[in-house]
Parts: sequence; C-alpha cells; structure tokens
Amino acid sequence: MARRVLAVDDSKTMRDMVAFTLRGAGFDVLEAEDGVRALSVLSSQSVDLVITDINMPNMDGVTLVRQLRAKPNFKSTPILILTTEGGEDKKADGRAAGATGWIVKPFAPDKLLQVVNKVCPGR
Amino acid sequence: MTTGGQGGEYAQFKATFFEECSEILADLDGRLTRLQSEAIDAEELNAIFRAVHSIKAGAGAFNLGSLVGFSHTFEALLDWMRDGRITQNERVATAVVHAGDVLATLVAAAQTDSPVEPDFGADVAEELQALLDEAGRRAAGAAGAAPSATAGSAPARPPVTASGDARDAASDRSETPAAPALDAGITHTDSLTCYRIDFVPRAELFRHANEPLLLIGELQRLGTLETTLRDDRLPALADMDPEDAYFAWTFELVTDRPQSEIAEVFEFVDADCDLTLAPVLPAAGEDADDDDADGWGLFEPDAQDAEAEAGDHDAEPHAAGAEPSPTASPAAATRTPATPEAVAAAIAPTARPTASGAANAAQAKSSVSSIRVDLGRVDRLVNMVGELVITQAMLAQQLQESHGGDRESIRGSDELATLTRELQECVMAIRMQPVRSVFQRMPRLVREVSAKLDKHVRLVMSGEQTEVDKTVIEELADPLTHMIRNAIDHGIETPEARIAAGKPPEGTIALSAAHVGSNILIHLEDDGRGIDRERLLAKALAKGIIAADAKLSDEEIDDLIFSPGFSTAETVTDVSGRGVGMDVVRRNIVNLGGRIQVQSQLGKGTRFTLVIPLTLAVLDGMVVAVGAEKYILPLTSIIESFRPDKGQVSTLAGGGDVASIRGQFYRLVQLHRIFDVPSAITEPWRGIVVLVETASGEKIGIAVDELLGQQQVVIKSLQENYDPVAGISGATILGNGRVALILDIENLTRLPERPAGRRADAGRGPTARPIDEPADVPLALSA
Repeated sequence: MARRVLAVDDSKTMRDMVAFTLRGAGFDVLEAEDGVRALSVLSSQSVDLVITDINMPNMDGVTLVRQLRAKPNFKSTPILILTTEGGEDKKADGRAAGATGWIVKPFAPDKLLQVVNKVCPGR
Repeated sequence: MTTGGQGGEYAQFKATFFEECSEILADLDGRLTRLQSEAIDAEELNAIFRAVHSIKAGAGAFNLGSLVGFSHTFEALLDWMRDGRITQNERVATAVVHAGDVLATLVAAAQTDSPVEPDFGADVAEELQALLDEAGRRAAGAAGAAPSATAGSAPARPPVTASGDARDAASDRSETPAAPALDAGITHTDSLTCYRIDFVPRAELFRHANEPLLLIGELQRLGTLETTLRDDRLPALADMDPEDAYFAWTFELVTDRPQSEIAEVFEFVDADCDLTLAPVLPAAGEDADDDDADGWGLFEPDAQDAEAEAGDHDAEPHAAGAEPSPTASPAAATRTPATPEAVAAAIAPTARPTASGAANAAQAKSSVSSIRVDLGRVDRLVNMVGELVITQAMLAQQLQESHGGDRESIRGSDELATLTRELQECVMAIRMQPVRSVFQRMPRLVREVSAKLDKHVRLVMSGEQTEVDKTVIEELADPLTHMIRNAIDHGIETPEARIAAGKPPEGTIALSAAHVGSNILIHLEDDGRGIDRERLLAKALAKGIIAADAKLSDEEIDDLIFSPGFSTAETVTDVSGRGVGMDVVRRNIVNLGGRIQVQSQLGKGTRFTLVIPLTLAVLDGMVVAVGAEKYILPLTSIIESFRPDKGQVSTLAGGGDVASIRGQFYRLVQLHRIFDVPSAITEPWRGIVVLVETASGEKIGIAVDELLGQQQVVIKSLQENYDPVAGISGATILGNGRVALILDIENLTRLPERPAGRRADAGRGPTARPIDEPADVPLALSA
C-alpha cells in the first residue's frame, strides 16, 4: 500500500510542489490549507506522515503539531514542519510541540524525498 | 543560479505562485491601508507577516533573487513588529506601506520577467534595515552592552542585513543537487575510519515520533555497522512506563563518509538523546567539531553557513577602518558598511559603494519611484486647480466679450486654457490608481464561489492597468464582487447543463476595464444561460413590479433585474439571492455618478457594462436653463430628452403632473416650482422634458426651459461652502462666474412643489433653500 502523506500549507504553490514531488515518488498525498482543515482531514483519514507549514491562518503549524500529538492515534505519526530559512527558534518551537523533523524552504525535490524517507521509509 | 534541480522541476508551479501572489498582494493592500490609518492588532499583523512570508517562500522556490532578498528584510521587520521589538509608529507604518509597494512591483517584474531598475526599492530596503538596526541597538543597549561595541558582539543583532542575505545565498547553494557540493569545504578522505557512537534515547525521542530503528537503518547504509544493545536501564516489568525510553545502543561504524554525514543521521533527534560520536582512530583532515555542518543542505547547514558568513560581515567594520571611509562614528560603523551592501545585494547585483558618504550620495541620486503623500494635500491641490479652471474660464469669457478681436490676448488665453487643462489632468492623475487592486481580488472570489456551487468557471481579466481615481476604486469592489457572485450563481450553468447545451463544461467570465473619454468602462461578461425574459417578466408581474398590461421593450425587461428586491434565482443559495440584489449594485454605481447597463442573449450569456466617471471631483453635466437660472444635471442619469406634446402631459387629481412616453407614465418635476424660479416656462410642452433615472431605477421627467449643452464641471460641496440644500448635491461655477447648482436627482421627487403661479419673491441669483429654512424665505446663494 502506498504511503500516504498530508501536506498542510496555506500556499497552493507549496502544496502543489510537495504533492507533485511526493506523488512522483509513489506517495498518496492529501492536502489541507491550514491546521483546522488538516485536523478535519485527519479525523476521517489516516496518514503515514504529516508535512506542515508553520505560518498559516486559523491554526498555525506548531499548534497543529501540538494538537495531533495530544491524540493517541497520532503519537507515533511522523510530522515534518516546513520552515523558511531554517529559523532556529521556529524549529525549536516545532520540536517542543512534538514535530519529528523539519524541512527548510525552498526545497529541492530530491531533498524533500530524502527527508521524507528518513522519517517514513517504505515498507 | 542554475536552473537545474528545482528551478526546472518546479517551474510548472510558477503560474500558480503568481496567481497566489496577486491575491496576497490585493489582500495586503487592504491591510496596509488600515495599518496607515490606525494601530492594527496582532492578528492583522500576523496576516501581513504571512503574506510577505508566503511570497518569500515561493520566490525562494523559483530562485527570484531580488524578491527573496527584499521580502526577507521586509519579513524581518514585520517579525520584530509581531514580537514587539519594534513598535508601530508613523515612521514604521510608512516604511511598511512603502515596502508593500516595492514588493508588489518586484512581484510584477518577476512575473513579466522584466528588469527593474538596479537600485529599485533600495531606499525602502535601507529604511527597513535602519529600523531593524535601531531596534537592534536599542535591545543591545537595554541588555547592558555598550552600544559602541563592535557589531559582531552586539547581542541582539538584527537577523537580516548581511547575514540574511548570506543565508539566502547559502540556501541557494544548497539547492545544487550534486552531492559533492554538500561537502564543500570539508577535507575529504577516502580512507576508512571507524567511529564509535553512543546513542541513549530519551523519552522525548518517541514523543516526537522518531524511531531508533530507522536511525540504525540509516547508519547501516553508511558503512559496516556493529550494533550493541544496552539494556542496563531496563527496569523491572512492573516499573516499566511504555512511553519511556530504556534501551541504548553503541555502534561501531566503519565508513569512508565524513563525520558530518553520520551526525546528520541524528539531526532530528540530537536534542532528544545523549549522543557521542567520535572516530576511534582519528582520520587526518576530519574535524570533529564539524558536526552536522553542510549535512543535508537542508537544515542546519543554511543557518550555520549564514552564521559563519554573518560573522565575516560582522567583522567587516574592522576592515572598513582600513578603507578610506571618513566616518569615525562607531554607531555608523556598526551599521553603514554592511547595510547598503546588503541592500544592494538584496535588490540587484550592482556594485554599491560601501563608504557611507558615497552611499548617502548614491541614495540621494537613486531614482525615487514613488512617494506617498497625505491625501488631504492632494485634495487641496485638486481643489485649487478646480478654482484655476474656473478662473481661466471666466477670464476667457471676459476676454471674448471685451477684446473680441485682440489676437495676442486670445492666443494667450488659448494657451492658458490648454495649460490649465493639462495641469488639471496631471493633478487628477495623482489620485489615479490602476483598477488592478480591485480586480486582483476577483480570481479568488471566482474560485471560492464556483467551488461552493460545484461549477467550473474561468475568469479572464484585461485592462487591469486602467486607472481610476482612488476614491472611485474603493467604491468599485462591492458592486463587482456582487456582480461576479451573481454571474456564477445565476449566469453560469452547472457543468452538466452546459454540456447538455453544447457548451464547454467550464464557463468563462470576462472582466475588463478601459477608458472611454472621461469615463471608465467596465465590462463583465459571462457565457452562461442569459436572461430569460419571459421568466423575468412573469416574475415582475407576480411581484407587482410592473403592471399587467405594460408593454416593455427587451431592454426594459432586462432592466427589471435592477428592480429592488428582485432576484432571478429560483432557489436562494448561500451565495446570492438573499434579496440584496442588483438594485444595490445599481445604487452603488449611480452614487458614483455612473450607470450600469445589461445586455443579454438567452442561452449565450449576459454582459454588464458599468460606465463610471474617472473621478468624483469633476462631473459630466448637462447645463439646463430654468428662467434665468442654470442647473446642472449629471449626464449619466439622463436617459433622453424630448419636447412633449400638450397631450402627453396630464395633471393628476391630487396635484402634480405626469408625462407619458410610449404608453408609460412618468412623474413630471417642474424645477421652477421646486426652486421657485421666476419667469420660467410654466407649461412643460413649451419647454423640454429630460427623462432621468434615479439610483433605484425610478424614472422621472424633469421639465426645464431649455438644454444649454453638456459641460464638465468642477464640483464644489455645498455642505462645506454653504449649507446642505434639499434637491441639490453640489454647486459649480460657470465660465461667467455665476454659480450653477447641481441637481440631486435622488431627492428631487421628494421635494414639495409650489403651486403653479405662486411666487414669493423676484430675487436674483440661484434660489434655493437650506433644508431647515422655512419654505417662504428664499435665499440667494453666495458663491
């Protein structure tokens, strides 16, 4: 079964790029525009990995991570946060919230796949 | 930057990015406008930050260097505003608003791939940087560090300047997909090295959903791995917490890879475990402190590179001392040398002098692309020019009357007229803005509404550059939004219905703007189902909007959609059809001095045309004479004028006259009765009836003596210069220096008319009553 990823970003450009790259590598990709929608997607579907932006309206990425980690069935789901320019404090925020790792924007396709495979390898 | 890697693979998303940018910028525009006028709250600030942040992220993905550089500095400032390190004041607000303008221009330039001036926006970027630097120094001062310390030691150095750009540059480099680049700067050894790795996970590691097994798998890929499991921390079963971490590992890895690559494996977990990593037999050239630098080319490396480079830049002030820079002020030294450089790097790859004196000179020289001016000043200018136009007209007329044949004077007067007109146009142009800011909001609207209604709609826009007065632009958003909603809801059919009708499943809405004379024409055209006249008529009959025996032309039937409370929707959707209908749109447009027309073909589509004056400061008017008085009727509200036959005018039993045209009766308003004008024509059939339409679509006939011709007039507010007068929306001064009143058609019908023949005075001058004034005391209006 293909691994399934939820890409959360308020920018369609970013969602498109993440989805394009991962789909090309055989992933199923779900998309959500912000944390609130991500939670609603995840309430009905399970995923193997969540990739989320930090700065989003309605619910930001750090809050999303925190909320997911509070749910028993998301305790061991890897969550990657997308950060721009690798701001240390943002990374630390994400880590404190329970994120598994991070990807710095802008990303190259192979780097994205590398990181995704690192935390969510194929079975 | 090569186009390899992501530039190539992700190029297909560029269009999406720019579409997103235009939405973001439109939204940003509104927020920045608010920022200028009021202190905004954290949420608003967050939204502004996000907007810039999104643009920067996308720009980074597409290697739009100058956009990344500028938005980075902009973002840094907003970030500091968010966390209170910079407080909003007028200077900050101005800088932010200017930055918004620069950002929009840079986006537009990137989109069209057109070059911008090398130092475009440099002044704004410098100002942003200056604000950051000042806040940074304040923080440094507050932290007790001597402000005269070298920049490198300042504890709260702003995140941008050189380091920001270095970081971008670093991330650019890291995009290069070739693996060797990752290890650039690290001495390589091909010889095998044995590393000993002690790895003791903490519970947090699991809470972050990291997995030791995956790490072990990764290590295995790097070389030959020997694994020892240490279970000495394992408690008795009864004491075991399933969420805690009890195992630890010791690895021995024999590999030809650099240590940094091993460290990378643990990058996500190094804060959640105790990790020691050291070569058992140290290899030459390996730097144990190198840690994870350049590891993924994705994470830490950027920041570390940046910090390394920032260090270099920070060191520069020392070096700058050796340069022929005359500035000795330590404060200047901490800032200036790095700043213009950073700015120049951010904006364009042009060399910029680093010495502060030269930098200032360059700044002074740099072309300022725009300035922001208090609207009040512009209004005053517009007013003054209005006076000038009037004075010029008066002079011209006097000249004509007194020196009929003096060629020199006439030529001079003509020249003055030309110059005045040009000046007026120039001044009006100051307030002109492209309609883009309104149009930009529409793609999103179309997408949202069509998604909600399960319709496929494509929006095609043209003429976004068409300019209109700022005051007009602000009034356009609501009507356009409403009309587009309507077009999608009522106009465009469902994909199934479209296919059944032999149309492509995707509907098209075309929005365009163009200048025609002193108006802007906005067309909104859809290829939907068109207006079903029979249904419309039936509905209008059922609602009692028209009489059962009314004979309406096709145009008049189409016009019914502007009737108050009229909705053609069969079902009320949550998109439209709640009773706020096209009547409101029409009212908005008419309030702007414009008009709206509809043309439709059943099954083919509907086209709305908005004709809107370019500015609210001048008006295209029809000058009409009533007795000795002159009044101005807004041209846009005039439908037609005619000289009625005696038989067309009838007096109603309760007083008041009506005029009938083509079987329809219209209320007749006799201006001389309302304003009590002496020696006016009292029998409408001896004068002219002008049929006008009010904002609500009501048509009335206005009886005047004669039409004198149309003319552009400068509107003067009665409210400000005199007193509000019922039935009058403003005044203007004609060429002969006389005041003419501009009729407020909306209110004309509500005014009491004096019985014909009764006259209270024979005063001179335009007569009108202030609203509160008793009707019997006519007042002469002083200009």
